[in-house]
Amino acid sequence: MWDYTPIVKDHFLNPRNVGDIPEADAVGEVGSLACGDALKLYLKLDEKKEKIVDAKFQTFGCASAIASSSALTEMVKGKTLDEALAVSNQDIAEFLGGLPEEKMHCSVMGQEALEVAIFKYRGLEVPEHDAEHDHGHAYPDYEGTLVCKCFGITDTFIKKVIETNKLTTVEQVTHFTKAGGACGGCIPKIKELIAEVLGQQANQPQPKTGKLSNLKKMQLVQEVLERDIRPMLLADGGDLELVDIENDTVQIAFRKACAGCASSGNTAKFVEMKLRELVHDDLRVQEVAA
Amino acid sequence: MKEIYLDNNATTKVDEAVFEEMRPYFCELYGNPSSMHFFGGQVQGKVTEARKRVAELLGATPDEIIFTACGTESDNAAIRSALEVLPDRRHVITSRVEHPAVLTQCRNLRQKGYRVTEIGVDGVGRLDMDEYKRAIDDDTAIVSFMWANNETGVIFPVEEAAAIAKANGALFHTDAVQAVGKIPITMATSQIDMLSLSGHKLHAPKGIGALYLRRGTPFRPLLVGGHQEQSRRAGTENAAAIIALGKACQLAGQHMQAENTTVKVKRDRLQDALMAAIPNARINGDGAERLPNTTSIAFEFVEGEAILLLLSELGICASSGSACTSGSLEPSHVLRAMGVPFTCAHGSIRFSLSRYTTDAEVNAVIQEMPPIIARLRQMSPFGREHLGKR
Repeated sequence: MWDYTPIVKDHFLNPRNVGDIPEADAVGEVGSLACGDALKLYLKLDEKKEKIVDAKFQTFGCASAIASSSALTEMVKGKTLDEALAVSNQDIAEFLGGLPEEKMHCSVMGQEALEVAIFKYRGLEVPEHDAEHDHGHAYPDYEGTLVCKCFGITDTFIKKVIETNKLTTVEQVTHFTKAGGACGGCIPKIKELIAEVLGQQANQPQPKTGKLSNLKKMQLVQEVLERDIRPMLLADGGDLELVDIENDTVQIAFRKACAGCASSGNTAKFVEMKLRELVHDDLRVQEVAA
Repeated sequence: MKEIYLDNNATTKVDEAVFEEMRPYFCELYGNPSSMHFFGGQVQGKVTEARKRVAELLGATPDEIIFTACGTESDNAAIRSALEVLPDRRHVITSRVEHPAVLTQCRNLRQKGYRVTEIGVDGVGRLDMDEYKRAIDDDTAIVSFMWANNETGVIFPVEEAAAIAKANGALFHTDAVQAVGKIPITMATSQIDMLSLSGHKLHAPKGIGALYLRRGTPFRPLLVGGHQEQSRRAGTENAAAIIALGKACQLAGQHMQAENTTVKVKRDRLQDALMAAIPNARINGDGAERLPNTTSIAFEFVEGEAILLLLSELGICASSGSACTSGSLEPSHVLRAMGVPFTCAHGSIRFSLSRYTTDAEVNAVIQEMPPIIARLRQMSPFGREHLGKR
């Protein structure tokens, strides 16, 4: 059984604001039958079209999807559109006293419907529904390149969720967005996106060319391994260890599932790529049996 | 709140008589059946009796029964053994709808260089025998098909499949965890080499299973380091649980008739009433031969976890093929293999009855289920459009 908080249970068993608003000012719809959950959010604004005076929802989904929708409608009532846009998926989860991590995508769905409703109301461009994918497009209003074909999730959307929720592993990205949760074909791409977001966030105290002191080099290499590489490997049951740094050669040894893995050569190349990108262009990675 | 337990394919109540049978073997008769002294010997006697009782239910001989810790262990032991005794054969056949105890192991074998073929099923869950006949060849070491599916109750023609395996020199294993005790099985006239069963699916406790191994079938044990079970499964016998399994098998034999009559009548009444009362529903596996106690019904435009939790509020226990209950994101592999449309795969509920299920319990579910589905459909953005109830 899921460990739902009493607040989640209450909003599931006694959902607030179920239904539609015939004269709604803004409507946001995300998800699909194929994806297993979907939410249609209706917003009614006051006469000055500033504040949300009423919010209603229709949801197809599990208990936490229904509870997240109910919570969302309660949270946005009385807010201006800009205040409502500031509501994050974490705010929804917090309002509910927390959600199991596997269910965080329900809170993301709520936040998304809200954003779509307000964007559409403001006349911002909404791209056409992309019908060629088997499961439909979970977030049709999110531009970008499709990463997860099973759930129809784009790179822009995944990067946004990684950033706002400070995610570091593929598993977390799946729990929050569903991406990678079905065939798993896009997992390498998700890893790249995580690396990309984390790479952007990281300060780059040194230029990537030019002279680095040995001590600084060692510090930076260690930092990148801990922050950008190991979490990803650990998520797949693997690991690596920094053995030594000789001039520009970084010696690493693979551990756990990575040890003896047929594609550890690719992993070594990936580590080299990251180190060159984030530490120094001249670095070389060498796999050693330590 | 008194529970209404219609989740007997997940686990079952330990029969009171079974519990009484095993009770003395904890604090009083706690001897090791392998010991030389009288104290262990009297336990040995009861273990022998249990082995005979299990064999009787299967129409087998006692030396063909190996006690294990669970159905999963039996499945693992059977498949691994087959690959070891037929080392020149590098091909494994199973089905797309197996329990993970078989399917995961087979998929792991791919990484060890084995060819693994997963045979598909049709829209009502029946095994594609033509695909199977095309797939099997003289490289096939083991074929493993479940006797009956845990989610839909659909029964596979395992005897026919075993004969085909034999003709190709392959070993045949069946995961019969859901079938044993519910439908008659006679191993004496069968060509099946190995069969797995689990105690807790037939009113024995959890933590006890058995592997049937046809006499003369070569075997390599999974657990080594002891002479127990004729060195085919090392480790001190779980004597109390073995004795319980024996009693449970004896009772299952006595109740076999009831499983296929009174339990089936209740199951049919439940599914007929729900289908009549709830529009946009379908029985998964309808038209195929099914276990007498199981029905899996797909309700369109609603999600299974929400249904289960609302049922649970009323004390009704069932289970679901939906994604959200398991933490995975896709509906069950069984429903997907059957091609059940996504519109209703997410809203599939399994009710599994037992000989303890009463008419009053069935009535309660018949009464409570329609308003739950109506309530969730009322909430769903799709239910309204598609059902035309605005």
